[in-house]
Amino acid sequence: MSTNMTIHLRYWRQSGPTAKGYFEDRTLSTVNEHMSFLEMLDVLNEELQLEGKDPVEFDYDCREGICGSCNLVINGQAHGPKKGTACCQLHMRNYSDGDHITIEPPRASAFPVIKDLVVDRSAFDRIIEAGGYVSVKTGSAQEANARPIPKKDADLAFDYAACIGCGACVAACPNASASLFTSAKISHLSHLPQGDVERNNRVVAMVEQMEEEGFGDCSNFGECEAVCPKEISIAAIADMRRDYARAVIQG
Amino acid sequence: MISLDAKIPEGPLEQKWSRHKKEMKLVAPNNRRKYEVIIVGTGLAGGAAAASMAEMGYKVKSFCIQDSARRAHSIAAQGGINAAKNYPNDGDSVWRLFYDTIKGGDYRSREANVYRLAEVSNSIIDQAVAQGVPFAREYSGLLANRSFGGAQVSRTFYARGQTGQQLLLGAYQAMMRQVELGGIEYYTRHEMLEVVIIDGKARGIITRDLVTGEICRHEADAVILATGGYGNVFYLSTNAKNSNVTAAWRAHKKGALFANPSFVQVHPTCIPVSGDYQSKLTLMSESLRNDGRVWVPRKKGDDRHPNDIPEDERFYYLEEKYPSFGNLVPRDVASRNAKVVCDQGLGVGETGLAVYLDFRDAIARDGKEVIAAKYGNLFDMYANIAGEDPYSQPMRIFPAVHYTMGGLWVDYNLMTNIPGLFAAGEANFSDHGANRLGASALMQGLSDGYFLLPSTIGNYLADVQPGTRYGTDHEAFETAAMQAQDSIDRLLNINGKRTIIDFHRTLGRIVWDKIGISRTKEGLEEAIADIRSLRDEFWTNVYVPGEKNNYNKYLEFAGRVADFFELAELMAMDALDRDESCGCHLREEFQTEEGEAIRNDEEFNYVSAWEFKDRNGVLEEELHKEVLNFEFVELKQRSYK
Repeated sequence: MSTNMTIHLRYWRQSGPTAKGYFEDRTLSTVNEHMSFLEMLDVLNEELQLEGKDPVEFDYDCREGICGSCNLVINGQAHGPKKGTACCQLHMRNYSDGDHITIEPPRASAFPVIKDLVVDRSAFDRIIEAGGYVSVKTGSAQEANARPIPKKDADLAFDYAACIGCGACVAACPNASASLFTSAKISHLSHLPQGDVERNNRVVAMVEQMEEEGFGDCSNFGECEAVCPKEISIAAIADMRRDYARAVIQG
Repeated sequence: MISLDAKIPEGPLEQKWSRHKKEMKLVAPNNRRKYEVIIVGTGLAGGAAAASMAEMGYKVKSFCIQDSARRAHSIAAQGGINAAKNYPNDGDSVWRLFYDTIKGGDYRSREANVYRLAEVSNSIIDQAVAQGVPFAREYSGLLANRSFGGAQVSRTFYARGQTGQQLLLGAYQAMMRQVELGGIEYYTRHEMLEVVIIDGKARGIITRDLVTGEICRHEADAVILATGGYGNVFYLSTNAKNSNVTAAWRAHKKGALFANPSFVQVHPTCIPVSGDYQSKLTLMSESLRNDGRVWVPRKKGDDRHPNDIPEDERFYYLEEKYPSFGNLVPRDVASRNAKVVCDQGLGVGETGLAVYLDFRDAIARDGKEVIAAKYGNLFDMYANIAGEDPYSQPMRIFPAVHYTMGGLWVDYNLMTNIPGLFAAGEANFSDHGANRLGASALMQGLSDGYFLLPSTIGNYLADVQPGTRYGTDHEAFETAAMQAQDSIDRLLNINGKRTIIDFHRTLGRIVWDKIGISRTKEGLEEAIADIRSLRDEFWTNVYVPGEKNNYNKYLEFAGRVADFFELAELMAMDALDRDESCGCHLREEFQTEEGEAIRNDEEFNYVSAWEFKDRNGVLEEELHKEVLNFEFVELKQRSYK
């Protein structure tokens, strides 16, 4: 049978982008081991509302680890303690009765706070806009099997394409770099013949956009790979640097 | 007077779409930039339409409620996408994909629409591959296929268990390219609250900026709703938390007909509810039923550990009731029977709302390694969520709502009965009849977005004077903006005692119990009464926190739940009208002893299309019937014998 736990929460409150933020504390005594982390926050919000208080805002949608909406930093760790797991798939059985949990938004100047734990990640959209695609118009595609792609290349491309765009890599990086996010898209496309054509332009445009958005540089801390819910390999960043250098030299 | 002309082109089935394309009017490239098109929703249908139409030269305005177009719920689709490529050389064809889909839908969809869907399916795969979608491949480097329910051929393309994600990112990236090129004005965190109709035509929308709370007006020459399904009316479903019916419902209240609202598909193998705090349900591939045996204890209230219950005290109800199909009965039968045994008090787990799916015998027969190779990722997912090891004890599963076949009524051009208002993807009712086959939702969304709307919208716009602008201070915009603001103010001013989630959960329970897996006349009548009284309480006793001019997710939810209340009543009315069982709609009065649906083609061979009349305490809707003509296939009773 499930048992109730008491959890001491400390969470970030910020009423708007320019407001001063602060931590608020509250103890929940009805946390169930089967709850997901976000369901625990639902319970918190129900309690707050029944007291006439404002709920804590946080981003979420699919709650099955694929949409990339949730991005909480839990006790200093993006998405919390479970490896390869987005915080919507983190369950309270990973915690113990009496635990203290601090919840913050990802801290990065390129991700300004909208309210409480909700941040603006539109910088990621603009990085993709800069070149994260194959420029093929609808209707102009050739027969799908006309061009075989070695299985190992397709599989590797998939490993990088699995990125859910949550921003945990940025949150975990001491430099708030978006290198893992950006390079994952570059590596996905450059491992496929369809993406190879625009390889040089893409890497230059995306890397420059990433810098323009105010993300920091990569200093090989490797924190991004450690927190990535899709366990995307940091090898992507090495690929991106090599491609960038080559593209700049080739002009 | 509403005309229900489906505008199906004349001619042989195989030639209808090509003839129609030949006959449709075109907009010349230099004129396209003079037309603005609003597309609400950025899933497969909306994202694909936005990218394709911007590429053609139309000025597109794209809206989504999430923080990025890439979060649309299409992303969560696991299994795959069907196409009639016949790469495995196993006898597939456009005709066979068409036939399987129309039969799977239990003959409650249009032949011409379904045939066209099968016809364009191959182009979708070509397009996706060209975009860099990393589909599964064989060692030859060619695309891999697998089989799926309801078909005897292998026609499903897939990208591990994340096919929806990869297809959506393909559409999203094509969209982002157009944002960069200036073809798309891109609005995230915006929710459509009203459609604006001027001189009988859709001319714009009202949105709420979800960050600032501002009510915004957007004018255009046509409006496309690609806003997904309404499964969250059940509160618990496999849908994402933000999925809702509001855009479609508000359009319905402005005159767009809502078709087949009671057709809802329930998936049999989901991880069960663990308690009241549960916020959503997670689906596991139904392939698990290939090796798992479904059972419940024979004795009520038997709370022994499942491994301690001896063989003769286990009720393998599917194997006993359906000896020939056993655990592999179709989705609807499996779901229905799980509910039946739980209603009898035989359900397991803390809530009594679950049945066992047991791999003990399969592991004994094949070894743990073989089972792990087949289902390892699903077993891991289950262990993570349920906290139990499915290798050493049975899984607990329960059915969950995951797709709605009903939606806005559209003609062959995907246009609603309101000129200029189109609906695409799960938001329309068009192609799946009373039951959708696996791997067909992605196909339909992308077909609508990439290949149908870009053609049919031109046919409509060709008759619209380019550059027609009424201005957003037009009376119709004023009124619609005021309606949107009023409903928000009203919700915030109630200041009651019960939370929004509490109301939604209670509504969901009514809908699940009485308009869910199986329905009865009495149950549906009770549901209508229950929904009305709960809705009355909602409007006097709900507590909506926060302010209107700020980010306020609970305020968003409140508006959506208010719409779900009305939709729920219409679902019950629709189910009550349909005195037959077909596909996912099972009326207990109309079934064989084995629980098979008894269709009534004489009286109910129609699409029910409901027209909103009024809502003064009770919902008033008028039923219009679009009779389905089957010229090319013979109607048969589905059989699982």
